[in-house]
Amino acid sequence: MHKKTIVELAQGLKDREFSSVELTKYYLDRINKSDLNAFITVTDDLAMIQAQAADDKIAAGDSGILTGIPYAHKDIFCTKGVKTSAGSKMLDNFVSPYDATVSHKLNSEDLVMLGKANMDEFAMGSSNENSYYGEVKNPWNKTKIPGGSSGGSAASVAAGLSVFATGTDTGGSIRQPSSLCGITGLKPTYGRISRYGMIAYASSLDQAGPMTKTAQDSAIVLNAMAGFDEKDSTSAQVDVPDYTANLNNSIEGLTIGLPKEFFSEGLDDVVASSVMAAVKEFEKMGATVKEVSLPNSAYAIPTYYIVAPCECSSNLSRLDGVRYGYRCEDPKDLEDLYLRSRSEAFGDEVKRRIMIGAYALSAGYYDAYYLKAQKTRHLISDDFKKAFTEVDVIMGPVSPTTAFDLGSVKDPVSMYLADIYTLSANLAGLPGMSIPAGFAQNLPVGLQLIGDYWSESKLLNIAHQFQLQTDWHTKEPQEN
Amino acid sequence: MSLTQDQVGQIAYLARLSLSDEQLESNTKDLNSILGLAEQLADIDTDDIEPMAHPLHMSQRLREDVVNEQDQSELFQTIAPKIGNKHYLVPTVIE
Repeated sequence: MHKKTIVELAQGLKDREFSSVELTKYYLDRINKSDLNAFITVTDDLAMIQAQAADDKIAAGDSGILTGIPYAHKDIFCTKGVKTSAGSKMLDNFVSPYDATVSHKLNSEDLVMLGKANMDEFAMGSSNENSYYGEVKNPWNKTKIPGGSSGGSAASVAAGLSVFATGTDTGGSIRQPSSLCGITGLKPTYGRISRYGMIAYASSLDQAGPMTKTAQDSAIVLNAMAGFDEKDSTSAQVDVPDYTANLNNSIEGLTIGLPKEFFSEGLDDVVASSVMAAVKEFEKMGATVKEVSLPNSAYAIPTYYIVAPCECSSNLSRLDGVRYGYRCEDPKDLEDLYLRSRSEAFGDEVKRRIMIGAYALSAGYYDAYYLKAQKTRHLISDDFKKAFTEVDVIMGPVSPTTAFDLGSVKDPVSMYLADIYTLSANLAGLPGMSIPAGFAQNLPVGLQLIGDYWSESKLLNIAHQFQLQTDWHTKEPQEN
Repeated sequence: MSLTQDQVGQIAYLARLSLSDEQLESNTKDLNSILGLAEQLADIDTDDIEPMAHPLHMSQRLREDVVNEQDQSELFQTIAPKIGNKHYLVPTVIE
């Protein structure tokens, strides 16, 4: 049952092969037996209520494709009446008084929320080792990281603990864990999905998206998540097409761009060969391949690690122990309250990024760091603009290596370097995907697709056609 | 250029974080290596390049100045650490 996709389960529910209550119990049982630490909160009671409501709708003939489907919701999305921690001690006691727009939209599809997925604290991390609730294990090898920051979401889908999951991607946090856990993850164009109620890390980069078993499932979930929201001032007023409509289009004549900078030093040979084998598969399907150049992509790391911390230091200043969240014991005065509440409740990586941001934005350093990074960001974006005049889609690796050992990367800068291939799409605001493309050292390897603005439909079409020809996306990790 | 421990302590204070001596030492090392990474940006010629603040170059959308949210202060204060008489309470600031 847990190997089935949304499409297959929706059919089973419609044909009354099983009920949503049965399906939900089955998944809750799997979650309770799992030792991956993929969830921060399991919402058993709520899930059973939602499943019963979904079954009633199905019985009444009033159901959609997502009615009664159980999913995992990244713990960064506010959920009314349910703890929303963002993986932080700061919000360990935060029961959200309102729903994020994404939560509201998913509720209105009569989905069943199984729980809130584990994540790096405030989405800052590439390994899911920065969670206050402990590290998440990779279902393919429990001594390895699942990737981050949406590590709980990725592990949950890969291990069959939920049919799909939500994620957010500020610098690769959907694509990289999807790659390392062997699932399909989509980061849409910036502004495609509302950020309202999605706890902010870096507001000019944050974007939510679906994490699923297949591209077809991603299209279905994106249909439910996407759309303009007046509550998010950066939400785009761009029409939402039916993302399933073009899945079956032929990709013959597609021009694929391979950025030479994505295949230079630092890329593991085993990852490179899986990626190239996937590209060959596209050639067999009638695509042509062309080398392109993204000359400024090497600067994506320093650019991102200035821009994102600056935005984070501003966003996280709201967490002061006054209105909600953690407050230290017996503060002696107001300053002591601020200092101790924040110092006791934020983890090391969050503190580092807040300090980098505070420094880079401070008088005298603003021009050298923040302004400079914003200018470089423009150059990185222009590189893509030029490339997309020549090619339809850009392909490359998601991560330079397969999943590394838990606890093995201790130095922050070494951790940042692993984000090299994912950061530029966020800086430019472009949509990107990771799809399963093979295995190396018995661990999954993802292929990254980057498209032009608003080309989610095209990316999903390309990914779906690949998944019709290959079976990497159907591979499952061994059970205990 | 690299930051001294005193400067890191000052940055931490600006961000309302307090660091132990041990944390001050490790953060000084980490912040300097992150800023070292950022120094690569100096190699790029960005004269005449506009800073990019928004990926889609959109400007702030404005709306009519009308009330569209209900007052939910009571609900929002149910999760506050300490309240009194509809106010958020903090240690006394002025005696």
